[in-house]
Amino acid sequence: MEKLQDKSAEKDTSLKSSLAVPIQRRMFMRYAGATAAATTLLFATASCDDDDDDMLPTDPAAVDLGSGDTGILNYAYALEQLEAAFYTEVVAKSLGVFNQSEQQIMQDLKGHESIHRDFLKAALGSAAIPNLEVDFSSINFNDKNSILTTARTFEDLGVAAYNGAGRLLENAGFLTLAGKIVSVEARHAAVIRDLISNGTFSDSANDQGLDPAMMPADVLAAASAFIVTEISANNLPK
Amino acid sequence: MNIFSIIEDIEKVDPEVYNRLDSRRSAFKNLGSLSKKAALAAIPLALGSVFQKAYGQSSGTVVEVLNFALKLEYLERNFYTQALAANGLITDGAARTAIQKIQEHEAEHVTLLRTTIQSLNGTPISEPTFNFGKNFPNWNTDYQTFLTLAQAFEDTGVRAYKGQAANLISNDTVLTAALQIHSVEARHAAHIRRMRNNAGWIVGDGDNSNVPAGAQPVYAGEGNVAQGTINDIKTLGSGYSAAIATGAFDEPLTKEQVAAIVSLFE
Repeated sequence: MEKLQDKSAEKDTSLKSSLAVPIQRRMFMRYAGATAAATTLLFATASCDDDDDDMLPTDPAAVDLGSGDTGILNYAYALEQLEAAFYTEVVAKSLGVFNQSEQQIMQDLKGHESIHRDFLKAALGSAAIPNLEVDFSSINFNDKNSILTTARTFEDLGVAAYNGAGRLLENAGFLTLAGKIVSVEARHAAVIRDLISNGTFSDSANDQGLDPAMMPADVLAAASAFIVTEISANNLPK
Repeated sequence: MNIFSIIEDIEKVDPEVYNRLDSRRSAFKNLGSLSKKAALAAIPLALGSVFQKAYGQSSGTVVEVLNFALKLEYLERNFYTQALAANGLITDGAARTAIQKIQEHEAEHVTLLRTTIQSLNGTPISEPTFNFGKNFPNWNTDYQTFLTLAQAFEDTGVRAYKGQAANLISNDTVLTAALQIHSVEARHAAHIRRMRNNAGWIVGDGDNSNVPAGAQPVYAGEGNVAQGTINDIKTLGSGYSAAIATGAFDEPLTKEQVAAIVSLFE
């Protein structure tokens, strides 16, 4: 238990130095002294001191996403790793099943997801989780439909994951960064959906015109079929 | 000082205190990232602001943001409603179905925003009068002009919601709903862009967006390659093109930037 806490405290500190401080300064100026930019990294740690029972046991073999904003960014990093690995595979193996404009789309998606992954890794610094091992054995990379339906699953899941995680972030700068990424994921989802069946771009929305928002446990359960590495989300904010 | 026991004491007289605070965690959102000692010393002060937010005018800014969003949704709903009614403008089956679907979402967003504002004891603004022909006289007779404006409105909507997310951080429920609208606007934008044979995402300052010079404010700043503390994300990993680096991140617009765009249609 103690080891876990030490680890998350260490992650939070390094994250703060690598990313949070400049954003705080910028947000501070924007809000002219308002407290919107406050992070609770400190309190995530402090509250653990008083609230040990909130910390669930974690399989020592599992990759722990961590707590606080670090945990949420690692959660996003895990999903971006999955998407980037998928499109890298598609571009390496499957371009032949697509026409020219679709090939360009697959190249763009590979690029976007890879830069999301690399950005989050750089932002997390030493707090970043290791590379995840993926399992795409259920996907037929010679079959356009298999690829596109998997892509739709990943993109819609990514949108729902970011939509659900926004409220779990404490730092306004991170929230805006997540917003910059999620709308691009939604653009991807719409394009993939239209490739499967034109006009279904926003059929994900409910009758209030809202896209889904999913909590990390549900997202990770849905993604687990494609990820070999065991991931612990036990310490994420709830 | 045990802050939780204070809140639990309040709960005895106000069972809804957690709802007011939204969650335990949110109660701490407004405490700064001072050193631990300094932060503990600041708790009484910060607590005051937490409870001021919970019991005071916490919804002020939130209602302002929601009314700002409502104006955009009114604009979009009005635009698509008029376009669908314009004789001979949108004839193709697939196009008409798509525009109808988008119009329905915008109407649902109007309803949801009005209801949410009222639930926060705010007053929804009434629908303004829009003049889409002010600068684009053929907007409802020329299909390509209509689609160009549709793309501009959707891409503006995405950027506008993004710019306000941080102003909703104090209210988890409203923030989540705004994000859920935001991603639907992005789906609309991608589809409309592709109806015009553009890529679904924005490259550079709208370089790939095929809009007239007057519409450039819609894409101002989209070419940004500095994210977080990374000065140039093109240099990450084994390197990325400017098209990938700018296409992968949508950028926010301020309220003022959005107002300037909307004023072209008022």
